[in-house]
Amino acid sequence: MSRPEDTLPPDLHYNDSEAKKYTTSSRIQNIQAQMTNRALELLKLKEPSLILDVGCGSGLSGEILSSVDPQEGGPHIWVGMDISASMLDVALQRDIEGDLMLADIGQGVPFRAGSFDAAISISAIQWLCNADSNDVSSTGRLSRFFNGLYASLKRGGKAVCQFYPKNEQQRTMISGAAIKAGFGAGILEDDPGTKNGKLYLVLEVGGDGGDITGVVKGLDGVDVVDARRKHAEKGRKIHKGSKAWIMGKKEQMERKGKVVKNNSKYTGRKRKITF
Amino acid sequence: MKVLTLNFLTCAVKACKSTSTSFPLHPKDCEMVSDTIEPNPKLLYNILPRVNWTALLTTVAELGFPELPPNPPTIEELQADEKMTQELHTLLLETQISEGCLVCGNCGHAYAIKEGIANFLLPNHLV
Repeated sequence: MSRPEDTLPPDLHYNDSEAKKYTTSSRIQNIQAQMTNRALELLKLKEPSLILDVGCGSGLSGEILSSVDPQEGGPHIWVGMDISASMLDVALQRDIEGDLMLADIGQGVPFRAGSFDAAISISAIQWLCNADSNDVSSTGRLSRFFNGLYASLKRGGKAVCQFYPKNEQQRTMISGAAIKAGFGAGILEDDPGTKNGKLYLVLEVGGDGGDITGVVKGLDGVDVVDARRKHAEKGRKIHKGSKAWIMGKKEQMERKGKVVKNNSKYTGRKRKITF
Repeated sequence: MKVLTLNFLTCAVKACKSTSTSFPLHPKDCEMVSDTIEPNPKLLYNILPRVNWTALLTTVAELGFPELPPNPPTIEELQADEKMTQELHTLLLETQISEGCLVCGNCGHAYAIKEGIANFLLPNHLV
């Protein structure tokens, strides 16, 4: 399936007909609702809050935010930003409760520090990876966005951004930019490896001293893979002559096509001093 | 756009980030509308500590609304005073700017508001 990100910039892609199509399709509505509910589950908001909706479009996700049950901490109020005027026009016709702004998230987030309790973004931030004119760069846009978002969230505030990266490179580019801005970041992957796989970038502005993995605590069926630890191990030096070093060398030689002795439990052990 | 949102907005121009005059934005030639939103005192208690009261006083004066007390009410005061809660709810959430523009006090850039939607798109050389 073709990616709309590859064809046109977002303000041109979501024109009147595309915006209407997007909002009236029950399939898209369903998926958006699912993703918004998942994001809310990750945000764990306990009281009615002020939320920033990044790339709010026609307000499909915002609608859910304003209809959260009082027992579950709602209803929240929200401010939506989007670059597509047509999408916002559809939002106006649908008479939603939140405030709307026509703004490019790649130009930053124009709110004063500590404004929001939380932020959500559904299928939007992958657009930042495309630079549509040659006087802007995608890294610049990403960093302006994440720096602005970091500042506008209150301490301990969380942001959940669902996004569709084109490839592994975009995924690391986005999460790397978020970490650089100062967020504690993690990626939650729903249905990994399938066509319906969904990526959620979970960001936290440090505050209560908790780790980002604490976000998924209490959720069912979530495995935590900590890449940070793996990274730290990677950096540790392997001593020359150690078992790990010998194994590494043997593998290297094997890859070169040399004949290498089989590994056993004796591999890399010191010989006994017989005399 | 709600008066509450205006209390959080700053100028998006890069050069204005470091100055204090870029906040709050000054509403100009504004048409106001009133929308009914169900009162939600809990939301108000949560948000009130984050509202910049001096900026709110400025905004209220510029929009020509009746004056507010010079100091923000504490949550205990609000819980006791239902009338005050209702008034703040009406001002912050129900009163909305539908047409007009917001002007930055530093660079003078005017952000147009049409049908309640503020236009914060900037030309590339300003960001």
